Amino acid sequence: MVLELQKPRPVWQIMFSTHHTDVGYLYLVFGITFLFMGGVLAMIIRTHLFFPGQGVLVSDSATYNRIFTVHGLTMLFLFALPVANGIGNILVPIMVRYKDMAYPKLNAIAFWMNPVGAALLWLGFADTTWVSYAPYSIIRAPGPAADMFIFGMKILGISSILSSINFVVTILKCKHPDLPLRRVPLFAWSMLTVSLMTIVAMPTYAAALIMMLTDRLGLSGFFNPFAGGDPIAYLHLFWFTFHPEVYIFLLPAIGMMYEIIPRFSRKPLYSQASGVFAFVMLGIIGFASWGHHMYSTGMDFTTKVVFMIGTLAAVPASGMHVFNFLATMWGGRIRFSAPMKFAIGGIALFFSAGAGGVLNSAMPLDFITHGTYWVVGHMHLFLIGTIGFGFVGMIYYMFPYITGRMYSEKWASAHFVLMFWGSVQMLYTQHLLGLEGMPRRVYDYPVEFTSWTQLNQIATVGGWLLGASFAIFLAVLIYYSAKGKPANMDDPWGIGGKYYYPVAAKNPHGGHSGY
Amino acid sequence: MGHDTAEWVFVGVVIAILCYVGVDSWIVQKEVEDVPANAEVIKVTGQQWYWSFEHADGTKEVSTLHVQKGHAYLFEITSRDVMHSFNIPDWVVFEDAVPGHTNHAWFAPDQVGTYPIQCREYCGLLHYNMRGSLIVEDNGT
Repeated sequence: MVLELQKPRPVWQIMFSTHHTDVGYLYLVFGITFLFMGGVLAMIIRTHLFFPGQGVLVSDSATYNRIFTVHGLTMLFLFALPVANGIGNILVPIMVRYKDMAYPKLNAIAFWMNPVGAALLWLGFADTTWVSYAPYSIIRAPGPAADMFIFGMKILGISSILSSINFVVTILKCKHPDLPLRRVPLFAWSMLTVSLMTIVAMPTYAAALIMMLTDRLGLSGFFNPFAGGDPIAYLHLFWFTFHPEVYIFLLPAIGMMYEIIPRFSRKPLYSQASGVFAFVMLGIIGFASWGHHMYSTGMDFTTKVVFMIGTLAAVPASGMHVFNFLATMWGGRIRFSAPMKFAIGGIALFFSAGAGGVLNSAMPLDFITHGTYWVVGHMHLFLIGTIGFGFVGMIYYMFPYITGRMYSEKWASAHFVLMFWGSVQMLYTQHLLGLEGMPRRVYDYPVEFTSWTQLNQIATVGGWLLGASFAIFLAVLIYYSAKGKPANMDDPWGIGGKYYYPVAAKNPHGGHSGY
Repeated sequence: MGHDTAEWVFVGVVIAILCYVGVDSWIVQKEVEDVPANAEVIKVTGQQWYWSFEHADGTKEVSTLHVQKGHAYLFEITSRDVMHSFNIPDWVVFEDAVPGHTNHAWFAPDQVGTYPIQCREYCGLLHYNMRGSLIVEDNGT
């Protein structure tokens, strides 16, 4: 594939390209940029919570509310989705042995909607929280921020539907006839699953956004109880989209671990079939559990039970992925290079996040944890612990193929140790804070609750370690893509050439090597 | 499928644990939602950014709620503006206050003392400061 730094091209050539690797680079650069922008907001939030009752860093709650809202929106929609799409764009056509995505122009259009959506979200800087529950978002949230949020999310939603259609058609219709669907690598399977989920889930939220907008304009009263509407309806529409969206964020990271783990274990994957089965199961069951976000909205007992069963049903399939990873590593000659370290760390945190999820879904326990810092710790354990670790591992894995140079294994190790330590310290402490009863989304907490202060300070130190680890990541990405040693392109990690993805030889269109 | 029995055993163990969690929480939740017949009703109203209470005898209180030890109370929770969440963490009382809806939660304090009341659903500017106190008293009855 084309190596930017070996054969430099003017930036506009990449920007106006519709080739899948170029669009993939754009997604990656966009997503990683917003990872750091969202990360700065996270550092502000954690540092602010270090000192109760003083407002040291953020002087008023209005600003604080805007900061955590935009932090959430940025990390979910401007980092997680674009990076998954970027890596998917680069790898999926190669994996299904096609020359490009099915609709290259649509692909580029889908990408270029992202900067527009990002501009609306960041310039608006809304305070609605990323869930923007009605009726707050309708009758109280200040405009134009909330309106810009609606339009920004609308544009990002359309973009993700367009790119999902592209992935589905590429995988199902453009795959090489010699390649049966069940043999398609599991990362491509994860992209297929999440694309289908997006196509089913996203239109519901798109409709909810339009209803929210007309409600805000006073033209309708869908979710406004003072105009005959019902805010609970918004919650149903929102979570019908965004519980499946949890899997849409998560499954590509699992797919990336499937790329990394067999190779660095120098063993074939334990079971392709069980990986495919687990992806499809999660893709279906992901739609059966949205109500567990709403136990406390006055839901009746039977409905709660149904959603609890739907939630628990997703666990065996997630467990099958973990089993598959462990069975693949079992007895393997493991090379602990950076991608493998991050993949293993990700599996460990994925397992603990899943265990916490089982506790959340149990109805009586949910009434203790819901709306507290437990939930903050729980969902960040998925977002940082699984998605973050999977993505970072994959970025290290693709680094030599994209830049032609090798990163420093020593600095990548430092990144891993700090990130793992920081995640555990911050996120497990947040779980404890939740059990102590601290609500989420609070600007300040009473000084006299000493256990809250202590736990917050422990969590903040963990957050700083996490911030330091990502400062190292940024430095590694910039320095080694320019000054790193040229990578051995046949075998960058010295694990033996036969363990790499044997695509180059079989790709009828050629033009690609590696992966 | 059927790659090897280890995977089936693993999945079986996971499902067994989930069944235990599911059945146990079904039993516990059933008990939790079983409101005693003699529970005294307290109307709870959330609004930006404080809680107000109305006892069965018509007494009204703002932010501070007085109850008697050994009595059962049923909260009828609603909101006057946006969504809030009525929460007494020490007594695991937690239910959303939704405008246009009346939700229920009950508790029967068996210990005197002062306990924090808070809002656990984001409700705007002073959400963090939407706090109150529950005072459990013992009048000897």
